[in-house]
Amino acid sequence: MKRWGALICALAIVLGLWGPASGQGTVKLMHGKVVLGVINDQSGVYADITGKNGAEAVRMAAEDFVKKYGPNAVGGPIEVISADHQNKPDLGASKAAEFYDRNNANAIIDVPTSSVAIAVANVAGQKKRVLMVVGGATTAVTNANCNKYTFHWAYDTYMLANGTGTEVTKRIGKKWYILYPNYAYGQDMNRTFSTAIQKSGGKVMLSDPTPFPNETEDFSTFMIKARTLRPGGVNVLGAMQAGQDLVNLVKQFNEFGLRQQGINLAIGLLFISDIHSLTPAALEGTLFTTPWEWTLDKESREWADRFMARTKVRPSFTQAGNYSAAWQYLEAVRRAGTDDADKVVAALEGYKFSDFFAHNAEVRKQDHAVIKDAYVAQVKGPSEVKEPWDYVKFVSKIPANEAFQPLSENLCNMAKR
Amino acid sequence: METILVQVFNGLISGAFYALLSLGLAIIFGMLHVVNFMHGALYMLGAFAAYLLGVQLGVSFWWALIIAPLAVGAVGFVLERTLLRWLYNLDVLYNLLLTFGLTLVIQDAMRLRFGVQGVPYSIPAQLRGAVPIGFMFFPTYRLFVLGFSILICLGVWWLIERTRVGMIIRASTENPALTRALGVDVDRWIPLVFAFGVGLAGLAGVLAAPMRNISPLMGSDLIITTFAIVVIGGMGSIFGSVVTGFLVGVISALGAVYYPPAANTLVFVLMAFVLLLRPSGLFGSPEAG
Repeated sequence: MKRWGALICALAIVLGLWGPASGQGTVKLMHGKVVLGVINDQSGVYADITGKNGAEAVRMAAEDFVKKYGPNAVGGPIEVISADHQNKPDLGASKAAEFYDRNNANAIIDVPTSSVAIAVANVAGQKKRVLMVVGGATTAVTNANCNKYTFHWAYDTYMLANGTGTEVTKRIGKKWYILYPNYAYGQDMNRTFSTAIQKSGGKVMLSDPTPFPNETEDFSTFMIKARTLRPGGVNVLGAMQAGQDLVNLVKQFNEFGLRQQGINLAIGLLFISDIHSLTPAALEGTLFTTPWEWTLDKESREWADRFMARTKVRPSFTQAGNYSAAWQYLEAVRRAGTDDADKVVAALEGYKFSDFFAHNAEVRKQDHAVIKDAYVAQVKGPSEVKEPWDYVKFVSKIPANEAFQPLSENLCNMAKR
Repeated sequence: METILVQVFNGLISGAFYALLSLGLAIIFGMLHVVNFMHGALYMLGAFAAYLLGVQLGVSFWWALIIAPLAVGAVGFVLERTLLRWLYNLDVLYNLLLTFGLTLVIQDAMRLRFGVQGVPYSIPAQLRGAVPIGFMFFPTYRLFVLGFSILICLGVWWLIERTRVGMIIRASTENPALTRALGVDVDRWIPLVFAFGVGLAGLAGVLAAPMRNISPLMGSDLIITTFAIVVIGGMGSIFGSVVTGFLVGVISALGAVYYPPAANTLVFVLMAFVLLLRPSGLFGSPEAG
């Protein structure tokens, strides 16, 4: 049986090579193949959020693309390479330069950890090669640090603050106590959340920076402080921590019984893997903003099932975003008929699309933010969970043009032109 | 005033963790002169042992409190017999490098198996909720941790200061050659003392499991602070490490209330001050420093 399979396979390949090129067949490649480079954290705190499975999602996109358009889909084979940046900006930047120069990478995808994303964006700008930031959250890549070759695909701190800050202030409570990790991302989140809360009629009573990374793993001091804040007290604790720090914080939030004291928890950035490791019981009712969850609709579920068959876990929104970014890059190459970076950028700018990840999406020409529908979601109670990894219900949809930073506030020099 | 009181009390609880961890480190350094960089990793193994016992085998928290430290102690025993023992006659740097390397190996092995995000573990049913302690309601589990750690610290002190076993250990620490000459088999005690010290780390890990994120990286963050405590207390001083553990807990809790950005650095400020005034630490004897 095995031999027959191999024979048929070999025949198929030979015939495939002989047969007429399917697809457009007019794409001209500079180096004979398209190389997609994934740079992310594969060993540190964000390894479960993207990591190796984030690269796997890009590999999956490349395979599906060839399945759909045939082996000559982009005029040559699609190769996926990946590297671990260990959350170090210098390492991320040198890996990016190596990928662009030595491996002829056409595009770099993912790059979580805001500080690294900014560093890699600078490299992309200098080398004039495409970068699609998916895992990185900072708005800097589409504002002060924007450049012609960098796109921001999945989400940003503005979207998170605008969604969660506004929605929680309107629905749950007006008096906030914000805790944020003391580095670029946390400070950015504290600023954007404070603005969003004030705009919607709330008040930030106090905001405290917490050590990053929090070596003592202890947030109890802040939990007690939240309870004893005077005058008037607070009714929302806004936690901007991520990964391990967030898990520690939530555990201690529950331990001190703050919810029973009338203090609600709002989380700036929540990944499905965080809910998985905390269990829904620990987070029941928590509101957060997300660009995508695997239970969003039928299409998303189908994709998530295929992802799970490969990786044994459900995808995070960054992994889904990686797939979407890789796919849309390849589509743009087909539209441009070349992998020349300037022409691909032109094919992406202003492009409107909807895929399973990004609904009603547009690649905004002026700042390269990919705007799309975002969702305010809530963590289910344990009794509502119907199957493993089914942790999230959707509360409301924020339409694409309201979810992201308006161009009038944008600091990108391309937007001002 | 009330806030300060509450925070001092709360600081004692994180102090209890430091005390248990640095107590083990101090015992190991005091007797074996091993700078055990693995301590944080073994603390992490203790927490994972509680998780595996509880979630996979259905063993209660109370049994985990006994089984996990024994298991971690056994790991320590094996590592001591197979690897550490060959380095006693060499410069202390060698065992530092070895234990640091082992830390990386243990952490990565756990990371491959469990990922980095962490696994769930909840507070045992009997200890949920909060009880009044005069000025406020305080989580029951935290009170348990405080009481239990104090008991353990007192127990260890009693064992070392008041029993025959303790006498042998102290004698072997002070002067191994003379103790050997008096007919005590010092070498038989070495792996047991090492196992006991890391067992304490395992115990701290079990206590941490319900209130902290159980992940392969949890110990690596804590180890630096713990070492600073041992240095402040006086390298090898058992009493010093316990007292300093509690002290640092209280100081960082108060720091976090009044100036949060300094919370993590206060311990090093304290270390600098103490070393300037007393180079061998608060309770250290000059030659041990």
